[in-house]
Amino acid sequence: MAKVRQKVLVLYLGNSALDSNVKGWSLYDGTGRDHHTTGDSDTPPYKTGLAALRDGWRVIQFPQLNPPYPNMEYTTSFQMYEFIFEQLEEIHD
Amino acid sequence: MIDKQYLLNSKQVASFVARGFLRFDELVAPELNEAVMAEIDAGSIKAAAAGTPLSQCYPAPSAIGRMLNMPEIQGMIQSLVGPDPLFDHHAVHVRQANEGAAQGMHGDSIIDTRMHFDIQLMYFPHDVPLDMGGTLIVPGSQYRRINEMDIARYQNFLGQIPMVCKAGTILVLHHGIWHCGRQNKSNTKRYMYKIRLNPRVRQLRLWNTDDLETENAKHKPIFTRETNAVEDIQTILSRGEPWFEDAGARLEVVNRIKMWRFLTGDNNFDVHYWLTRLENMPENLQLAA
Repeated sequence: MAKVRQKVLVLYLGNSALDSNVKGWSLYDGTGRDHHTTGDSDTPPYKTGLAALRDGWRVIQFPQLNPPYPNMEYTTSFQMYEFIFEQLEEIHD
Repeated sequence: MIDKQYLLNSKQVASFVARGFLRFDELVAPELNEAVMAEIDAGSIKAAAAGTPLSQCYPAPSAIGRMLNMPEIQGMIQSLVGPDPLFDHHAVHVRQANEGAAQGMHGDSIIDTRMHFDIQLMYFPHDVPLDMGGTLIVPGSQYRRINEMDIARYQNFLGQIPMVCKAGTILVLHHGIWHCGRQNKSNTKRYMYKIRLNPRVRQLRLWNTDDLETENAKHKPIFTRETNAVEDIQTILSRGEPWFEDAGARLEVVNRIKMWRFLTGDNNFDVHYWLTRLENMPENLQLAA
């Protein structure tokens, strides 16, 4: 039976809609074929989250929409629209 | 005090407030770059105790001291944190040749909620081509409230800036800016000297404010191309970064307005009416009746 490994794509989008534009991205490759790291690309892998779906990525996490804590309404912090995708790939060793 | 000609002007400070950095390419002369490299290789750059006035930190003969005493560099220091600030710490960052990965994205020190800010000077004493890595910065990230490496999962942002530069380039950073050391894929070790400085004076109009006119603070028509086409303080502070979220970009402008008010003492200053609208809470009962 073939072994399967997970590839994880994290897209930071412009708003809560999956078809909004990609603003930031991270990739983790469980197959070990590619090694992604900080600052390794200036071009996003997809223009939108929907484009990743159409290329075969499965979305496994939508960001929650939570109201701001009192007195934190104008505070900026982490990227709010973090969508996580996966692909499963067979490996042969 | 340094001669006024070496101080930053208002547009430069506005750009620092908006983007969290200023960049000065090939500012330091080749002879001094080479002298600093020799000090790095000899391991002779010694740190003073945290909290020591900068003027006492690098007694002659010191190439680093000569670099920091250049009038252009004293001018940028005094414009942002005032004369003779406190030495916080320094570091000679070394990225080994052909290393396996980059440093994780981070903000330095710990989460910092002050309006008052420290600056960090980064000095690149040799050429840094793209394959050598260079520091990567995320413009406009300095007001985001995060704690150091909490953001290490962020690998790339639209509009990030990898520092590809010639020898002698200086980068001045707000302490909160997100950054990392990129992977060095070259066959050569990479060096970068960094120093963090704390203000000893209230950061109020420390730069050359000759160009700071009252016109800068007046309300203008908003959401118009004509307004956005004028390259003034308000336009500089309103310009978003490609990685900002759609709605969060507006809150970043609010962060900048608050910082500009702090730095100028003008509590009526606004950009695109964002704060004035919220501050409008009339109590005039007669008009309301």
